[in-house]
Amino acid sequence: MPEPLLDVRGIDAFYGDFQALFGVTLAVDAGAVVAVIGANGAGKSTLLKCIAGLMHPRAGAIAFDGDDITSTPAFAVVKRGVSLVPEGRRLFPSLSVEENLLIGAQSKRPGPWTLARVYELFPVLAERRHMPATALSGGQQQMTAIGRALMANPRLLLCDEISLGLAPIVVRDIYARLPDIVREGLAVVIVEQDIVQALRAATKVHCLQEGRVALAGPASGLTREAIAAAYFGV
Amino acid sequence: MLWLNVILQGVLTGGLYAMFAAGLSLIFGVMRLVNIAHGDLIVLAAYVALMATTALGVNPLVSLIVVVPAMALIGYALQRGLLNRTLGEDLLPPLLVTFGLSIIIQNGLLELFTADSRKLQAGAIEVATMQVTQGLWIGVLPLLQFAVAVGVIAGLQLLFYRTALGRAFRATSDDPAVAQLMGLDTRHVFALAMALSLAVVAIAGVFLAVRSNFDPAIGPARLIFGFEAVIIGGLGNLWGTLAGGVILGVSQAIGAQIDPGWQLLAGHIAFLVILALRPQGLFPKVSG
Repeated sequence: MPEPLLDVRGIDAFYGDFQALFGVTLAVDAGAVVAVIGANGAGKSTLLKCIAGLMHPRAGAIAFDGDDITSTPAFAVVKRGVSLVPEGRRLFPSLSVEENLLIGAQSKRPGPWTLARVYELFPVLAERRHMPATALSGGQQQMTAIGRALMANPRLLLCDEISLGLAPIVVRDIYARLPDIVREGLAVVIVEQDIVQALRAATKVHCLQEGRVALAGPASGLTREAIAAAYFGV
Repeated sequence: MLWLNVILQGVLTGGLYAMFAAGLSLIFGVMRLVNIAHGDLIVLAAYVALMATTALGVNPLVSLIVVVPAMALIGYALQRGLLNRTLGEDLLPPLLVTFGLSIIIQNGLLELFTADSRKLQAGAIEVATMQVTQGLWIGVLPLLQFAVAVGVIAGLQLLFYRTALGRAFRATSDDPAVAQLMGLDTRHVFALAMALSLAVVAIAGVFLAVRSNFDPAIGPARLIFGFEAVIIGGLGNLWGTLAGGVILGVSQAIGAQIDPGWQLLAGHIAFLVILALRPQGLFPKVSG
C-alpha cells in the first residue's frame, strides 16, 4: 500500500494545561476527500492547526509526503503544499479582494491555480476584485478565503467550518464547486459541524469526540446510529 | 512678506519632522511597536554619517549611499536579534526594551564621541539660496530636504499600496497568524519593516546633522517631534504625517518669530490643541 500524503500519528495537543487532543491518528491519501466531524470543542480546529503548523503537538508525529512536519512553522508548511482555510475566514481587512487572493500566492508554488482560475471558479469575485474584502457578503468572503488558499497551489487543502454562519443555499453553492477543486488531484480535509454536507462530499469520515477519534471509516459504510453515537457519545 | 517667509521656512522644516515621523509610524503600523529609541537612532544615523564623511572624505549628502544601507542593516539585525522577542499581546515589553535601548545608544555615543556638539559640513549648498519674489528667499538645502521628504513619503506610499512587500506588510499588520498561513515568516517581515524604518531614519539623520548641531543627547526631542507629527496627521496615513510635520514646523516658526523662546512651546501647543479638538488627528486612516 502506498504511503498516505498526510500521516498524523497519535498526536497530543495542549492549550496551556488543557489537553485538546488525545492520541489522534488520521491518514489522508493523495486526492482523497476526508471529513472530520464532531461537536463544538471536540478538537477539530486544533487538529487542523497542528497540521498547518500554527500549533505544535506535544506528543506524536505528523508527516506530509513522507517528511516530518511535526514542529515545522506554518510559513514553511504552506511552502510544502498544505493550505488552511481558517475558521471564520479571517480575510485581511486592509487588502482588496484581489490582494487577498494574490497574497495567497506568496509561497510561489507553481501549479494550476492562478487569479484567472479562481475567478473562473467564483465569477462573482472577479466583479468585486477591487472592493475591500470586508465589503463582501459572508458567502463571497468564504469564496475569497477558499480562493486565497488555492492560490498557494496546495496538494492538501484544509477547510475549517466552511458552512459556519452561512445560509444553507450559499453552503450548497460553495460545496457544489468542490468537484472542480479536487479535479486537480488535490486532497481535502473538511472539518464540519454540518454532518450531512460533510458526508455527502467525503469518501472517508473521522468523528472526534472530546479530543479522541471516536469513529473512523468510509463515508458510505457508516450508519446514522453509529455516527450519532460517536458524535454525542451516547 | 515677513510672515510669508516665516511660514515658508516652517513648511520646509516640517519635511524633516515628517521624515522623523514616517519611520515611527511605519513600525507602529506594521507591528504595534512604539519605538522609544527612534530619536536616538536618528542621532546614531547622524554619527554614522559623521564617521562615513570623515573616513571617505565625501559630502554628507553623498554619504547617504553608505549610511542608508548601514542603518537598514542595523534595523534588520536589531529586529531579528532583539525586538522580535519582545512582541506579543502585551504592548509594555517593547516599550521598556526600546526605552532601555534609547539609554544605551545615548550613553554609547557619549562614550565614543564625547558630549561635544558636531555638525556635518555640506559645503556651498548650505548657504545657497534662490529668490522666489521680491524679498522672499528660499535656501536650497531646506528646499532639497523638503523635496526628499515628499519623495520619501510618496515612495513609502507606493511601496505600501503597489508592491508585494507592501501587501505583506499590510497583511501581517492585520493578522500575523493568518499571514504565516500565507507563507510569510512574520519575524522576517517585521525585520524588513524595521530596516525600512531605519533607512528613512538615516536620511532624516543626515539632513538633521547638516542643518544644525547635534550631540548624543538630542534624540528624545526628535522622538517627540516625530510623535507629534504622527498624531497631528492621523495614525496610519502617510500624507497626513507629512501634513502633521508641516503644521508642527509652521507652528514652531511662528512661535519663534514672536519670541525666540516660544519656538518649541508653540509646536507643543499646536499639538495639544489638535489633540484636544480632534484626538484622531486631522487625516485618520478611513478603515482598519
